[in-house]
Order: sequence, then structure tokens, then C-alpha cells
Amino acid sequence: MQASLLFGQFLGGLTTAMFLFLIASGLSLVFGVMRVLNFAHGSFYMIGAYLAWQVVHWLTPALFGFWVAVLAASLGVALLGAIIERLLLRHLYGREELYQLLFTYALVLILGDAAKAAWGTQQLSVSRPPLLAGGLDIFGATLPTYNLLIMLIGPAIAIAGWLALARTTGGRMVRAAALDREMLGALGADVGAIYTGMFVVSSFLAGLSGALVTPIQSIVPGMDVEIIVDAFIVVVIGGLGSFWGTFWGSVIYGQVLSFGILVFPSFSIFSVFALMAVILIVRPWGLFGRPMR
Amino acid sequence: MSRRNSALRRQIPWTLVVFLAAFSIPWLGSRYDTFLGTQIAIDALFAVSLNLLLGTTGLVSFGHVAYFGIGAYVCGILTKTYGVPFSLALPAAALGAGGFALVFGFFCVRLTKIYFAMLTLAFSQIVWAICFKWNDVTGGDQGLPDVPYPDLDWMSAIPGFGDLRIGGQFYLLTLLLVTLSLAAMRRIIASPFGRMLTTIRENPERAAFIGVDVRAYELAAFVVAGGFAGIAGALFGIFNRGVFADYVYWPKSAEVMIMTILGGIDYFWGPVVGAATLVLLNQQITSYTEYWPLVLGIILLVLLFAFPGGIVGGIAAGLARLGRWNGRRADA
Repeated sequence: MQASLLFGQFLGGLTTAMFLFLIASGLSLVFGVMRVLNFAHGSFYMIGAYLAWQVVHWLTPALFGFWVAVLAASLGVALLGAIIERLLLRHLYGREELYQLLFTYALVLILGDAAKAAWGTQQLSVSRPPLLAGGLDIFGATLPTYNLLIMLIGPAIAIAGWLALARTTGGRMVRAAALDREMLGALGADVGAIYTGMFVVSSFLAGLSGALVTPIQSIVPGMDVEIIVDAFIVVVIGGLGSFWGTFWGSVIYGQVLSFGILVFPSFSIFSVFALMAVILIVRPWGLFGRPMR
Repeated sequence: MSRRNSALRRQIPWTLVVFLAAFSIPWLGSRYDTFLGTQIAIDALFAVSLNLLLGTTGLVSFGHVAYFGIGAYVCGILTKTYGVPFSLALPAAALGAGGFALVFGFFCVRLTKIYFAMLTLAFSQIVWAICFKWNDVTGGDQGLPDVPYPDLDWMSAIPGFGDLRIGGQFYLLTLLLVTLSLAAMRRIIASPFGRMLTTIRENPERAAFIGVDVRAYELAAFVVAGGFAGIAGALFGIFNRGVFADYVYWPKSAEVMIMTILGGIDYFWGPVVGAATLVLLNQQITSYTEYWPLVLGIILLVLLFAFPGGIVGGIAAGLARLGRWNGRRADA
């Protein structure tokens, strides 16, 4: 097997990984702080993709149309998240997890059909932004410039997120809310606002990843339920609620999928599910997480 | 449950009335009624089997569809590919589904709450990936079309049954098998074993203190629920004239969970009511609009916020209030 082929697989896996990290980081944050497993996170991602397509469609001749669209889509989905959290989700925090799971599944159904009603069922696609349409040769493997950008955005978001969580007052509050909600509330902090904020940040990240994926993947109905399972696998590998765990979980997922295809071509998808099951059995709290209540 | 309710129940044997009404559908109803009846019966069995975990034992399984799918594939492969008669393929489907539930459940019951839900989901996706990709055995993404109807000549020999269509005869067979399965599950829930499952749901720590092997009981419940889901799957494969990988995809697990909750997880008949409601509603609504998932999502929201006890829970609460009012008036 050629070294350049292996390196190409490695780069492909890394691109997948960085996309998954963008998606899964929001899922992990919401679970870590609010203990809500959000099935609708994939739907937010899909809405982000459709919104980006819509804005690109409106702004077609503009040079920076794509980047405006990415920003607009992320903000749009963040707003959607804020509305959902304020109006509905906050009433379910005290309830059993079964009801929270089903609530987020209801959102999957509603948002899926809303997207169908608004944008139809045909495949939509967005072309790569003009400045990043080229490719780059690295050790004999060709890497589109756009993918290279994604590989930079992923770690950038990881570091920014980690700094925000570890170094800022807001980040400390979020970590405190994750550890002991009642105690933080008793100390006078507005826990409700922290929850809303986390949900909005998480929705923003979902919208951002949905918008950024449009030049690489076509937008189709069903992309929501497909991606959410991948995101679940990533957060389970890394540890539900662990931020860096999600990062390394994405890297592992991307590489296992990428090299799994070389080893057993038709069962590579099986290899990641199996990895998820093994990790849940051996270390339910994931490779980087800590055992929780 | 108020005394008034139980008196009402004693006067009229509701279970028998419903069974007889369902039994008469092939003669009194249209072909379409029979079709809907078959679907309700199968979904009811599937939902009640899930409720053995959800309501009775308090385990949130998000991968119950795996055992439904395994039952469907085992029965479909045996009858279609190997020509095994249905009378052997059906028990094989139940055993196959129960066997997989034993293996998967062994790991799942070691986890609690959200982790339990995640691991059941992971296993069901593994089953889906295998069914979707293993072309030689499961037909891969093409599925397994033309699963044959069972041999029902014996039923045609019964006077009055001979001129029914094959669909009507299969409905009667389904109704019989579902009724037997429901009766068996009712016995299981009412048995000391079932009582212990409820104890575990209410307080697992306490159950462990009094010397109950909580994991073993949960695993047993998981296997029984998986086996009955396998029967439902086997019947569905024949009813739908084929077995496809879609049966095992994770949104199906959510669908059956919605049925169960819609009816009410605190009552044995709740999931049956939920299945019937959802099937009939689906049939009504899809004739007006293609946006059935949207309607389902809204129903689910209303349910979660306004009627967490489900339909049967809501009716029972209403009757109880009525009973209290009547009682008050009698006192005054």
C-alpha cells in the first residue's frame, strides 16, 4: 500500500473528524451542563445547512456571499435554539430523562418536516467559496483548500471553547452549573440564564457546522437523523460532557472510519458502532470523561 | 382506581368484548379494516413488549427496534430462503430476538439511565449496520422482498373461514398470536417476578438491599421483552410482504416509544390504546397531508406538556375525579 494513499486516508479522516467535532461539541456542552441528550442537535445542523443555502442563493453574485451565509445561518439557528429553550425546554428540566429525550425527538419530527415544507425534498448544493476552490498537494495527496480551512477552524474552536470554559468567569459559572445546579443557584447566580446561554451556544455551533458542510456535502432531508448518531458516537467515545474528550473522540472516529474502509470496505460503519459499544461497556463515561452521578 | 371503576369493569368483560369485536373484522369490515386491524395488533404487541421495560421495570430502552428487526429477519430468512414452515420460524424468531437481547442486555443492564439508553441505541445501530450491509444473508439495502404467507390451509378447513381472503386469515392468525402473547405478558407482570420488576423500578437500591439481584431481574425482563418484540417483528415481516433494513433504523425505536407513552406507560393496556390511536390517526391524517411527522411531533409535544400520563392515564384521572365528585354529592 502506498504511503501517499495512507496519508490521503489520514487527511480525509481528519477532515471528517473536524466536522464531527464542530457538531458534537455543542451536543456535548448541552449534555455536560444540562444533562439533556439533544436528538434535535442534528436537526439544528440541517436547518443551518438549509439557511446557508438560502442566503447564498439570495446573494449569489457577491464575493463574500458564502461567509455572510455561514454567519447568518449560525445566528439564525442560535435564535431558534433560544426560542425553543425559553418557550419549551426549560419546563422539562425537572422531569425524567425519558420525557426530555422524547421532547427533543418531537423537535426532530417537527423541524424535519418544516425543512421539507420550506425547501422541498430535492438535493441542494452550495459551491465552494471562490477563494478556496483550489487544492493543495501534500506528500502526494491532494487536499482541497477548503478542507484545510476546516482543519484549522476545528482546533481553533476547540482552543477558544477550552479557554472560555477554563479561564473566563462565564466559563467557571458554566462548570459550576454542571457540577451542582442548586448550589450555584443558592449562591445567587442566574442558572436559568446560564442554561439558555449554553443552549444558544450549542445551537450556534450546530448551525455553523451545518453551514460549513454545504460545500462538501449536498443538503438532503434525512441528513439530520444520520448525523446525530455519528455525533452520539463521538461524544460517547470521548466522554459525554467532556470538551477535550469530544475533540479526541472526533479524531478517533474519523480515523477509524477512514482506515476501516481500507480494511473491511463494506463494514467500516460497523466498526465505529462497535467501538461505541465497547467503550460504553468498558468505560461508560468515555475515554476522557469522569464517572458521574 | 376507585371502587366505581372496578365495579364497571366487573359488569362488562371489556377484554372479551374488544377481542370479539376485533375477531369479527374480516367478516364485518372491509379489506382495508382488516389491513388496519393487522397493523394495530402487531404494533400493540411491539409497544406492550417495550412497556415491559419502560413502564414495568423503568428501563428506557432506545434500541427496542433491534429485537423487532431480528425477529423479522430470522422469520423472513427461514421461511423465504430455507423454506422452513412458519410454525417453526416463529418460535425461532422469538428465540433469536431473545438470544440477542440476552447478549446485548448482559452489557446494557450494567449501565443506568442515559447510558443504558445510549448503549441500547448503539446495539440497535450495530444490528442496523449488519442488516444494511450483509447482502448475502439479509439482502442489504435491497432487503428481503416477498416473504411468503404461512400455510393457512388448516384455517380454511374450519367452516366459515374458508371463503376469507389470505389477508383476512393472516389477520386472524396475527390476532390469535398477539392475544396469546399479551395474555402471557399480563401473567408475567402479575407474577411475583413482575412485582419484583416494579419494585426495582421504584427503588433499585432498596431492592438490592433486600437481596434481589437487580441486574439479573433487569436482564430477564430485557430478554422477555426482546422475545415478544421478535414475535411482533416476524408477523410484521409477513404482513408487509418483506423485511427491510429500515425496520431497524433508530427512529423506529422512537416511534414505538411514542405509541407506548401516548397510550400511557402506567397501564397494561396503555400501549395497546396508543398503538391503535396512532395507526388510525396516521391513516386519517395521511389522506389530508404528507406532513405526518409534523403532526406526530405536535401530538408528542401536547402529550409531554399536557398529558404526561398518556390517553389511558388521562381517562383514569378523569374518571377518578368524576368518582370523587359523585362521592362528594352523596356525602352532602
